[in-house]
Amino acid sequence: MRVTVIDYKAGNLASVLKALRHLGAEPEVTDSDLAVIARAERIVLPGVGHFAATARLDATGITAAVREVIACGIPFLGICVGMQWLFAGSTEAPDQPGLAAFPESCARFPEGSEKVPHVGWNSLAVAPNSRLLSGVASGEFVYFTHSYRAPVIASTAATTTYIEPFSAAVEKGNIFGTQFHPEKSGTTGLQILSNFLAIAKESAC
Amino acid sequence: MLTKRIIACLDVRDGRVVKGVQFVDIVDAGDPAELAARHAREGADEIVLLDITATHEGRKTLLDTVRRAANELFVPFCVGGGIRTAHDAEHVFNAGADKVSVNSAAIANPALISDIGRSFGAQAVVVAIDARRDPAAADPVRDAQVLIAGGRKVTGRRVVEWAREAEQRGAGEILLTSMDADGTRAGFDCELTAAVSQAVSIPVIASGGAGTVAHFTDVFTRGCADAALAASIFHFGVSSARSLKQELEQAGIPVRLPC
Repeated sequence: MRVTVIDYKAGNLASVLKALRHLGAEPEVTDSDLAVIARAERIVLPGVGHFAATARLDATGITAAVREVIACGIPFLGICVGMQWLFAGSTEAPDQPGLAAFPESCARFPEGSEKVPHVGWNSLAVAPNSRLLSGVASGEFVYFTHSYRAPVIASTAATTTYIEPFSAAVEKGNIFGTQFHPEKSGTTGLQILSNFLAIAKESAC
Repeated sequence: MLTKRIIACLDVRDGRVVKGVQFVDIVDAGDPAELAARHAREGADEIVLLDITATHEGRKTLLDTVRRAANELFVPFCVGGGIRTAHDAEHVFNAGADKVSVNSAAIANPALISDIGRSFGAQAVVVAIDARRDPAAADPVRDAQVLIAGGRKVTGRRVVEWAREAEQRGAGEILLTSMDADGTRAGFDCELTAAVSQAVSIPVIASGGAGTVAHFTDVFTRGCADAALAASIFHFGVSSARSLKQELEQAGIPVRLPC
């Protein structure tokens, strides 16, 4: 299974690559090679850190290239900030647009009695018929570390509640995202990555 | 519901896991990669590897140890000990760590916290604080002394003000060790943990003193800890993380189960 992993110089790719290899995939990493994106069979956009770091995707032409291959049905998985990037934007970096595959925006958890960031293992409430979360039951735990979150929308594949419910995973056609880190979420996380790797390109162009 | 994390800690010297009592009387407890994998299998929510090697040769062994341990770990993995620069941190991340913990070097150069955070994200920077109550201070707990060099050297910093500064400089978590409680198996210092946890918005990992399940219940309730570290209670087969968590669940503490 070939998988293209986008490096946008925001954090650490080692864990994602390790998990993908463990599942038998052959990850190919690129930070700016548009030809690699164009021939990708599936794409993972990892990410920890600041939403502003996604500006590099625009500057390198990756954003436009990704938009094109997604339109052709290439499966795409955004993780953490990589999932938030699928939305229109985030209050973390108001001037930086996301891909806008989902028209809503991400915002910081409200201040209150709970700590922000949300760090640790929290449970999923899984929507029916999710391909990404196939075989994952509601109540299973995954690992989060974030201060900004996406709202619950029509394409939410799983919600998690911290202060209030938010999108832990989204899914629309060939576009997938997880706010949590499947590569750090034990056997549940590996199951989710394995589900993603099993999803093939659908349309022909 | 966000659960309380049980973190297995491996103190590593020259490539072997060791455990001391109040930083002395060190005994061999096994191979780090093997033990890390075992703890993850047995339900630990996270693994911390603290390198207490002093020598240059030993430090090269560390990266190899991290690589071996990381290879089979799919839970968060934090590595600390001897990380002085963002460059040192980069090597440890490249070897497969998800987080690094910095202690003495952050005291000497607090900008190190933001330096590492800038490249790898705040979530990847754990500031480890070794603290000892100061009976001479107006508030012996909030003004507990911060020590470095494995608890041998007083820094002049006070625990709550240093934890706040670390947070403000971009630390993602605080790993707080009570030097009074460490190795005693007589319980965590819950007052110390609560004072720090309530002073910051980032998670606080309590360390030092774990001996019974009730000690964990205590530090998660009275101590306001977000996570707790344990080493010796696992290594010698006293308990596994899973059985610890099953007992915590019965006591009403939210934990990741089944795991």
